[in-house]
Amino acid sequence: MDTLLQQIINGLVLGSMYALVALGYTMVYGIINLINFAHGEVLMVGALVSWSVVTALGGSGLPGGVLMLISLPIAVLVCCTLNYGIEKLAYRPLRNAPRLAPLITAMGMSLLLQTLAMIIWKPNPKPYPQLLPVEPFHIGGAVISVTQVLILALTAVTLAALMFLVNRTRLGRAMRATAENPRVAALMGVRPDAVIATTFIIGAALAALAGVMWAANYGTVQHTMGFLPGLKAFTAAVLGGIGNLGGAVVGGLLLGLLEAIGAGYLGELTGGVLGSHYVDVFAFAALILVLTLRPSGLLGERVADRA
Amino acid sequence: MSAAASTGGSAVVLAVRGAGKRFGGLQALSGVDLSIERGQVAGLIGPNGAGKTTFFNVITGLYPPDSGTFELAGQPYKPSAVHEVARAGIARTFQNIRLFPDMTALENVMVGRHVRTASGLWGAVLRTPAFRREEADIAERARELLRYVGIERYADYRARTLSYGDQRRLEIARALATDPQLLALDEPAAGMNATEKVVLRDLIRRIRSDGRTVLLIEHDVKLVMGLCDTVTVLDYGKVIAQGTPAQVQRHPQVIEAYLGAGHHA
Amino acid sequence: MTLKSSRMQLLAFAVAAVALVVLPLFVQPIGSGWVRIMATALLYVLLALGLNIVVGYAGLLDLGFVAFYAVGAYMVALLTSPHLAEQFTWFAQHFPQGVHTPIWVVIPLAALLAALAGVLLGTPVLKLRGDYLAIVTLGFGEIIRVFMNNLEHPINITNGPRGLDRIDPVSVFGFSLGRPLDVSLPWGELRIASVTMYYWLFLLLVVVSVVICRRLEDSRIGRAWMAIREDEMAARAMGIHTRNMKLLAFGMGATFGGVSGAMFASFQGFVSPESFSLMESVMIVAMVVLGGLGHLPGVIVGALMLAALPEVLRYVAGDIQSMTGGRIDAAILRQLLIALAMIVIMLLRPRGLWPTPEHGRSAMAEGPEGLPGSGGGRA
Repeated sequence: MDTLLQQIINGLVLGSMYALVALGYTMVYGIINLINFAHGEVLMVGALVSWSVVTALGGSGLPGGVLMLISLPIAVLVCCTLNYGIEKLAYRPLRNAPRLAPLITAMGMSLLLQTLAMIIWKPNPKPYPQLLPVEPFHIGGAVISVTQVLILALTAVTLAALMFLVNRTRLGRAMRATAENPRVAALMGVRPDAVIATTFIIGAALAALAGVMWAANYGTVQHTMGFLPGLKAFTAAVLGGIGNLGGAVVGGLLLGLLEAIGAGYLGELTGGVLGSHYVDVFAFAALILVLTLRPSGLLGERVADRA
Repeated sequence: MSAAASTGGSAVVLAVRGAGKRFGGLQALSGVDLSIERGQVAGLIGPNGAGKTTFFNVITGLYPPDSGTFELAGQPYKPSAVHEVARAGIARTFQNIRLFPDMTALENVMVGRHVRTASGLWGAVLRTPAFRREEADIAERARELLRYVGIERYADYRARTLSYGDQRRLEIARALATDPQLLALDEPAAGMNATEKVVLRDLIRRIRSDGRTVLLIEHDVKLVMGLCDTVTVLDYGKVIAQGTPAQVQRHPQVIEAYLGAGHHA
Repeated sequence: MTLKSSRMQLLAFAVAAVALVVLPLFVQPIGSGWVRIMATALLYVLLALGLNIVVGYAGLLDLGFVAFYAVGAYMVALLTSPHLAEQFTWFAQHFPQGVHTPIWVVIPLAALLAALAGVLLGTPVLKLRGDYLAIVTLGFGEIIRVFMNNLEHPINITNGPRGLDRIDPVSVFGFSLGRPLDVSLPWGELRIASVTMYYWLFLLLVVVSVVICRRLEDSRIGRAWMAIREDEMAARAMGIHTRNMKLLAFGMGATFGGVSGAMFASFQGFVSPESFSLMESVMIVAMVVLGGLGHLPGVIVGALMLAALPEVLRYVAGDIQSMTGGRIDAAILRQLLIALAMIVIMLLRPRGLWPTPEHGRSAMAEGPEGLPGSGGGRA
């Protein structure tokens, strides 16, 4: 049984990936009030594209780290283009449609992406090669692999970059303005279509990154790999307060920790009644609990019900 | 007449003493006393931000008051949720008209009868005689009310397609359907042209002459002075004048509050 | 409506009704598999009707509707299969023949249990905002599935991923629907397949459900639901106890789900957690929205389309499979078609294939009398 420190490390690593995906969900929701069910699939596409690149270049003799480095921007590019296309073709026409229509489209898109991935890459799970040095670091009784360090580092850097973008650049201001009040933002010269497309593209980049990291960390890829993480990441975003970037990160990390620690101790705590299979339930149980006590999520705004 | 009030009951329909409400650093209401007698039309006016809407929202269950005693038709009144307000006997309209837009005018008023009727799941599914009787009664009352406010011909029209003035009248009909002790109108004349205001004023007079009690928030001071039996003026959350329109109009503080803010009807 | 056209309507209904009833007898000889598809489609119609009450009438987005389906199915599985007797000696002692519960107990019991589940699930959850409600109900659905999948240690209730089998077929007055029925007619023997009898049972349930839904729509409760959907704040101001009304909708919808699940279990003879995935919940929501939210004919069409069409197209899949070198098989094709349907139909007809016709007339479309802004002259 791993130490608490080990669980915490695992939890932070998992949570970082959730946070990256949760950011995509929360940004899109914040700006057009849509639960983008297909977002988890972007993670999957990123992972599979990276796998394809790495496998194709496998025989070239290049070191693993370089292969990963090459596959990353390609995966990001593919995912960004994909997400841009999805937004333009499937979501934009439904901006003024009844509320449920884009939701159904998003669900259909999620299914479509999974099915297409199954056709293109075939259904069987595939091993993702060990690209980074195998020897892990030892910290106080726990181990952390190079991949895991990379995940934490990349997430931190990406978050910093995103914070900078959102808070210090013109684009970021435009995004925040559109999220608050699209009509007024448009009157001020912001083009909502461009801002929304950018939001989708940024979200896709984050998800692609998470996808590659996920593949590297768990060593396997498959067309179904995006579904559950996507769901949990969205849960994390709601947990933290949907529409709130900080909330997405907090929610993601919290959820990762909850899952890691829960998986480790649940069996013990319940005397073997509830096994680690119930870990998946954690995300939702946590969500229900938080929303019952704080209906707008941990960092969400208190929205008064006005007459 | 269907719109006639249930005149059994106390002489004072709404008695408020010492109402207070604070929002963070802002004391929106303090020490507000208000008393409305049965069959009166009471007006509540004041410059923007005076606290009229806050008072209205406290009365209609949207905000719990911080202090004050409230009595409705002689009984202590302390709704803990918005839906209890209509049941207790206050029916309101909204400043920006909140009808059920894709339901017909008739259906809108029928919804108003919900709080005074009782048939539930079993009645609906089994179509019991009691259910049928109640449904027929609901439809009948609803039509009467549409006739009363003058829009009976629009019974089967979607509410969102009616003209603004007709929508306002529909909203009043819907509120009347709840058989209220007090009809509370939130800026009913907002956005109306002169003709529509006359129609509205006549309707409210008719409602009064049928024994109903009305509370009215309004910005149109002329309308209020010409219609109300008693007027309360708020400024900065406090009552600065209260009495008949004639009394209130001459009150120096009222004049100052309005002219000072450059406020106009 | 003239007498003639309502007579025409009645005639049309009668013809359609007769056609629906005798249809399986004609399809039977072609292959009982087809009748099975039709019967399963009817179960989905039942589910869609139930979800329509929740989403269409009351406007609550429930993405975990499959939970009630599972409750009904597992309840029946436990009450009419040998599992409980095999697992627990108490049952074996009291019910040496296994626990077999007749249909007229099973259906109300499933309805009741599902309604209870609906109220339990709904109570903490219904005060949440629309999209939050969606994700939380989705979570509940998944939680139920995980529990079904794992409640095998320490005590084996659901038998985990293996599921429960040897469920009794439905029996009406001692007559089991699990075996074909031989009827002698003047012109010869007719063998009515088991699936055909199930089809008729489900058809009856669907008809009853449609009647219930229509009656609910046109009642005080239905109006209250519509009011909540249109403007919840105004509904509250009119004295409607919105929380209770929403709970009622949730419970009613759950009831339909539970009964459908119960029938499913008896029909299939076997249940496993696989049948109650998120995908199922999504499919049912899609049926309701693609068909036409809140509009009974639309919902029925949506359900039939998404349930039956992919199965039907499976038969075309053989060719496609060979064309693509084996990459696309029947299951994949089904998924692909459902996904494309969801996307394309929403893009082309966002209100659904057969939405509620705008009811009530439009005052704005009428002549000069009806022009807006001329309020003064009409009193």
